[in-house]
Amino acid sequence: MAFFLSLAALIPLDNPGHYIHWHFLDLSVANLIVVILMVCTFIAALLLPFPGRSRRKENR
Amino acid sequence: MSISEIDRQWTTRIRRRVEGKLPPEKLLPDTQPVYVSSWIYVFGVATLSALGIVIATGCILAIRGPQWWHGSPYGHFINSLHLWSVEIFFFTMVVHLWGKFAMAAWRGGRALTWMTGVVTFLASIATAFTGYVSQTNFDSQWISTQAKDGINATGAGSIFNVLNTGQMLMWHIVLLPLAAVVLTALHVILVRIKGVVPPFEEVTE
Amino acid sequence: MSKKPFRPDVDAPEWKGGYGPYDIIKEGAIAVLVILVITMLLAVVFGSPDEKQITVKNWSNADPIDFATTALSELNGTSTSAQYGAPYNTASSGQAIGPLSLAKWAGVRIPINAASDFVISPLKSLPDKPVLRTDLKMWASASTSTRNGWLESYTKASSNMKFVNGQVVVNATSAGPVPTIIEDLTQMARSGALDQALVTGNGFYTTDFTKPLLFLADSGYMANLADAQHLTGDQWGMMNETGSYPGQAWLWLYTFWYQIPPFNSSGNGDALVWALMMVMSALLLFLPFIPGLRSIPRKLKLYRLVWREHYQDTK
Ligand code: HEM
Repeated sequence: MAFFLSLAALIPLDNPGHYIHWHFLDLSVANLIVVILMVCTFIAALLLPFPGRSRRKENR
Repeated sequence: MSISEIDRQWTTRIRRRVEGKLPPEKLLPDTQPVYVSSWIYVFGVATLSALGIVIATGCILAIRGPQWWHGSPYGHFINSLHLWSVEIFFFTMVVHLWGKFAMAAWRGGRALTWMTGVVTFLASIATAFTGYVSQTNFDSQWISTQAKDGINATGAGSIFNVLNTGQMLMWHIVLLPLAAVVLTALHVILVRIKGVVPPFEEVTE
Repeated sequence: MSKKPFRPDVDAPEWKGGYGPYDIIKEGAIAVLVILVITMLLAVVFGSPDEKQITVKNWSNADPIDFATTALSELNGTSTSAQYGAPYNTASSGQAIGPLSLAKWAGVRIPINAASDFVISPLKSLPDKPVLRTDLKMWASASTSTRNGWLESYTKASSNMKFVNGQVVVNATSAGPVPTIIEDLTQMARSGALDQALVTGNGFYTTDFTKPLLFLADSGYMANLADAQHLTGDQWGMMNETGSYPGQAWLWLYTFWYQIPPFNSSGNGDALVWALMMVMSALLLFLPFIPGLRSIPRKLKLYRLVWREHYQDTK
């Protein structure tokens, strides 16, 4: 039990959230971070080189 | 018993139709076409892994019942794992969807793969929603009373009562996960049968 | 036999190139491990929200006037629940999409009579209350017009409702049994007994919280708490989570429509948004068959990044 008590959140997010308000847009910062991360991950997945190219070359 | 009688049996006919569709080397391949070389391809597997963790942590939460996690630090930690694996599940699924769209991965007889993907996405949203209303805390009280209007407006509210906590819990832990898992299995089997979609042909400049 | 022409957004070219080694099980194992580690990290660092549930007892103790006013609106039929329509009652025809009154057609399947379910029936379950007993009898035997007369004078006076020395004070004359009804229901709520009376409508066991949730939803108390947590509809509330946790961000499109006209001003907003979302889901589902839409990826050319090795090699 003590072990899991020690696992209680290091940075609990129970404080009131922050919001970005622009015209009718009203996004929580937390959701915004998730969306931005998602877009960044997508772009990174397209751009970053995938390892193992030399191995594939041998097999062509 | 004649040969033709055996030929006409349901069992025989169904077996002949499916046999050879998914030989072991397609189910568990050890080679891939060389064009499969991008990080975007890992997001299907990542979604699958996240789904596995969602289900595993959900099963641990189920052992002691729906209210246990409010009072137990261990339970609360399992709930945290459940929540974050759900966030990762949707995160990776959306990146996967964008990627498959970018590749037009429905080409070459893969439309059903795309469609099972979309239905899985919708079923997952419903699963997550019923999970949110099964939390038995303020969040579930608020979300259920807000969501009832949308669902009632479609007429579905006469059967699917979001204020009936027991009903929502059943949907969340039995009906919808079952649908999501069966759909996911179909989706992945279709991918294995069809193989990964080849690149667009480009006229070399 | 002539071959059908090749449609680049429907057909895929046959792969005649090479194959490379691929360890699917190792890939799967690594993926599970990586996702597990990320999940663990997020759970340990951020935890998860668990904003305590509210009860009718909390509500009536925190804001007795809001409770008594809401109880009155259930009794005089002006609350949201009392005027809802299907599936709860026939008080209104409910939302429609043009000529399609889907909710009304589905019928009243979860019958709620706000006055009797939220006010009168719970009071009947209270033991040993001679005054209340007489007043409830008076209410039961009165005609609708008599009841309306009582309610009208009480409702008028209730704009100056006060809560003094633990009692609801409304200076109403000729309100019949209404003052006792509202006062006793408020006391019942403050003791916690109303929470029980509302859920146990169906006997010993229950998992159905339709009644107490509808009652709470009619209050100003719950809406204020939600507003403070940034959860209300015009705050894109569906997507948000209590505290500063991320919520159901994937509902952004559904939530988005509620913010703009005509949906945010129409009495049929919910029905219209749902109809629109059904159409958009169908578009996504049938994308491979929709000419024009299915050509977007080829014209977008993001695929060149995905398969850039392949295109370099075939040059
Ligand atoms: C529970 C959710 C899902 C899981 C577990 C899942 C899993 C997978 C896996 C493991 C693959 C093969 C590896 C890869 O190419 O990434 C795949 C392929 C595919 N997925 Fe999904 N997927 C899900 C949702 C979706 C969604 C929402 C869509 C699109 C709307 C989608 C469309 C596709 C398509 C078209 C393919 C074939 C890829 C190709 O031939 O290149 N999937 N999926």
